Amino acid sequence: MRQIIIIGSGPAGFTAAIYAARANLKPLLIASSVEAGGELMNTTEVENYPGFADGVQGPELMAKMQEQAEKFGTEVVYDDVTHLDFGDTIKTVTLGNGEKHEALSVIFATGSAYRKLGLDDEERLSGRGVSWCATCDGFFFKEKVIAVVGGGDSAMEEATFLTRFGSKVIVIHRKDTLRASKIMQERAFANEKIQFVWNSEVVGIDGEEAVEGLRLRDTVTGEESTLPVGGLFVAIGNDPRTHLVHGLLDLTPEGTIAVAGRSSKTSQTGVFAAGDVIDPTYRQAVTAAASGTVAALDAEHYLATLPEELLAQAGDPALASVTN
Amino acid sequence: MSARAVTDATFDQEVINNEKTVLVDFWAEWCGPCRAVSPILDQIAAENSDKIDIVKLNVDDHPALAAKYMITSIPAMKVFQKGEVVKTVIGAKPKPALEADLAAYLK
Repeated sequence: MRQIIIIGSGPAGFTAAIYAARANLKPLLIASSVEAGGELMNTTEVENYPGFADGVQGPELMAKMQEQAEKFGTEVVYDDVTHLDFGDTIKTVTLGNGEKHEALSVIFATGSAYRKLGLDDEERLSGRGVSWCATCDGFFFKEKVIAVVGGGDSAMEEATFLTRFGSKVIVIHRKDTLRASKIMQERAFANEKIQFVWNSEVVGIDGEEAVEGLRLRDTVTGEESTLPVGGLFVAIGNDPRTHLVHGLLDLTPEGTIAVAGRSSKTSQTGVFAAGDVIDPTYRQAVTAAASGTVAALDAEHYLATLPEELLAQAGDPALASVTN
Repeated sequence: MSARAVTDATFDQEVINNEKTVLVDFWAEWCGPCRAVSPILDQIAAENSDKIDIVKLNVDDHPALAAKYMITSIPAMKVFQKGEVVKTVIGAKPKPALEADLAAYLK
């Protein structure tokens, strides 16, 4: 049995691991099998993470966080959690490979997943011109007209990145103002390859074998129109990844995990949550990292309230896992 | 055993004219999800070497083949039988999910 297991490997998870490891809690961090490092793994330049005056590549930042967490004794496992049992004092985390790990506390930091438009055409044309990852797929749209749906920082970053490849990038947004930060907006406005289509939402995607165009509806007048494009990148936000804890932890009306006040304490004693999975508002790498710190400190305080003999059982990670 | 790289020169021989079922992983160095799924494909290849050949095609080095198979998202994993694409899986997935997608070809 362990003192603490951290689920998630984005800025929240790794920062929690750095703090927990430095508190000598010997954390086990479950990083996921294919999404280790989280959302920043699919971004390019991160310019707003303090301490990196010249910017840092997203994957490099995550590699550094992991290195820092491991330096202080975090053990990282590349697998997916398939089941959680928060029953009593002892929590059980089951992995894809069948292993069960027990711990006295859990930090849940699974972040968020790309939101989809919710159109049938979107599924049908996924991998045929509809994409959620500009850094992965921009390359395939050289000299094409590319549409980006969304009005936040991610949409502006993707649009700006995609101008390296496309002949033109058209940002489609359902309002007439952007949610993106000023610097990202100004960069997009200044880029002569980027055009904006305001007050519009995508209601259909045309094309049999590949994306050929979009059907748009004006959100003010309701008028429909078509827009010929060769590709569509969806950047309309993220939804908290909570499916593993449905029925186990209380959620907020926004769908994030409910925590008490400014703490990371969930509705279940000994279970803490951090990062995008509790944050419907800010969702920054820095706020996620800060939130991971809060969770590690809350977990540390909680563990200090547990009986000595229980902590002694959790002292040796070598006895941590039981296999089916 | 890790998946072999195929090229423009070897694609016909290794994939199109292969008697066995072949999965081609279209990937690139700059694609994070491609790097994440690569070791999982290596494992599936090693565990099912009697049923399926798993090979990788670097789309940066071989854009013509990527264009021919209309690749617009990677990782794109295409299953070939008798030279024809019979199944396409897009995006990195955990091993059990990938095995479920490929179940018909791993029996």
